[in-house]
Amino acid sequence: MPSPACGETTVLRREAHPAVAPAVIFRRRTLADREEVLGRIMLAPALIYVIVLVAAPLLLAVLLSFSASFSGSLEFRWIGLRNFATIIRDPQFHLALRNTTLFTIISQILVMILAVTAAHVLDAAFLGRRVVRFLLLLPWAVPVSLAAMAWTWIFDSTFSVINWTLKVAGLLDGWFYWFGDPTLAMIAIITVHVWRMFPFATVIVLAGMTAVPQDIREAAVIDGASFWRRLFQVQLPLLLPIVTVAVLFGVVFTSTDLGVVWLLTRGGPYNSTHVLPTLAFQRGILGANLGEGASIAIFLLPVLLVAAVGMLRVARRTEVGT
Amino acid sequence: MRRRRVLRVVKRILVYGAALLFTVFAIFPFYWMLLTSFKTNRDLYVGATDLGHIPWIFNEAPTLQHVRLLFFGTPYLVWVRNTVLIGAAVVLITLVCAVPAGYSLARLTGRWGERLGIGIFLTYLVPSTLLFIPFARVIALLGLQNTPWALILIYPTFTIPFCTWLLMGFFRSIPRDIEEQGMIDGYSRWGVIRVIVLPLAVSGILTAVIFAFTLVLQEFVYALTFISSVGKMTVSLGVPVALVRGDVFYWGSLMAAALITSVPIAVVYNLFIDRFIAGLTAGAVKG
Repeated sequence: MPSPACGETTVLRREAHPAVAPAVIFRRRTLADREEVLGRIMLAPALIYVIVLVAAPLLLAVLLSFSASFSGSLEFRWIGLRNFATIIRDPQFHLALRNTTLFTIISQILVMILAVTAAHVLDAAFLGRRVVRFLLLLPWAVPVSLAAMAWTWIFDSTFSVINWTLKVAGLLDGWFYWFGDPTLAMIAIITVHVWRMFPFATVIVLAGMTAVPQDIREAAVIDGASFWRRLFQVQLPLLLPIVTVAVLFGVVFTSTDLGVVWLLTRGGPYNSTHVLPTLAFQRGILGANLGEGASIAIFLLPVLLVAAVGMLRVARRTEVGT
Repeated sequence: MRRRRVLRVVKRILVYGAALLFTVFAIFPFYWMLLTSFKTNRDLYVGATDLGHIPWIFNEAPTLQHVRLLFFGTPYLVWVRNTVLIGAAVVLITLVCAVPAGYSLARLTGRWGERLGIGIFLTYLVPSTLLFIPFARVIALLGLQNTPWALILIYPTFTIPFCTWLLMGFFRSIPRDIEEQGMIDGYSRWGVIRVIVLPLAVSGILTAVIFAFTLVLQEFVYALTFISSVGKMTVSLGVPVALVRGDVFYWGSLMAAALITSVPIAVVYNLFIDRFIAGLTAGAVKG
């Protein structure tokens, strides 16, 4: 490497510390001094990993959806839109699409109501607040497959504690076969999704609330704004960006979740609770029809695109704000 | 004056009431795991039809039989070992990639680095349910079906984006002046990273390690897709899939496994959640 010309860094050093500068100038310039090169080298491993193992497979998923591909052989035959034609005529797929939308929308509405309320509760000073916060976070921290098993047991058709309690309270005449009835099974699945997602949303909203300047809230109180006005005209608008982030995360995590439905119902009873991920798993992995599985999973892509665009927008808006 | 005091008391009651409701909702399944793990079978399988038998409490003295069965009669400990080994390998790969990348995005790359940072973070959102099908092809091509290597290769696809973003936040929170001072003192950029930045970022790196590890522990979809032998499963796959024999559920042991696995994870996760939020938001704020 040629000996040091007046690089950016050396100039900066001389200005900053004129007395020391000459000694520094004669130190050999190494790779480590060329910041933009060093930056790229340091970024490369992560970037390559992400491109090779996220971006490329994502593209492969799209390609597979246009092909007749089966696990067990590595054959790849282009068949155009035939997979899509098959699934679009399939009532099972329609049901899965409807279920995914329904699960996601209902559970996200419930999650956001619970999360904003819980965040307000946790924001108030009260005894044992730290303990409550700790306990509220447990559902999010626990492995979803294990939590789903606990819920499966809670909703067990013979031993369900919920049934027992409702019976004793005199609220239930007959019997709830939680996973034997499509509507009840959906209620169970939504319950578990809400249970799992609301702690995470609460934490995000809480972080957003602490970021809202205290003096704005106080000013609203002093100006005599009522509780509801404060909530709807001061708090919520300021919280909007962060709530948007929480909702986008929630939508992505819920609509693409495979574990909860798979472990609770396996898509049953009579395939009535399938969502896109479980159907894709059933057809693509268990049924070995990778092409068809991929074309089902592809329908999750628009959700992701909307989420990504939404996130970028929020990021840009907060950038302008600061 | 009195009305105001009444109002305050009502408000207190509301806050405590709501806090209690949320807590009960959140921890109910954990209570159920605990109860089921230590109940005798006779106490457990009465069924909800007998309204005189209260399922909410121990009607008979607690027992350790389910826990004993779990440890000595099931491959639970093998699954724990598999999970720890896979987790360690994934953490290692993640650190090698994410630490330099996080620093680079925080300091060495200007505006395009910021965009790239957001781009890398967004890949965290690409769900396993979209990727397990193409991965099925990739893993078959590499001949890695039903080996831990499949998971070791795939898990960094979500830990690297996440940890890179997290570490970017931590590196940004280190004051620039300290680094500049170091360079004035004659260190190269690389020297500054080694001698000044890394020691200061230890807590951030530790947070990244914890999160990468908990993400591995929680993963279910890829394990379900690629691991089929019971002896090669991870905890989060083995417990729900292999502890169920035919149609018989060993609920006592199953819940014991869920409890023993999830409580430590949840506690550790909780201990680090504040740092994690700090890192996450620091990544979003411009440095």
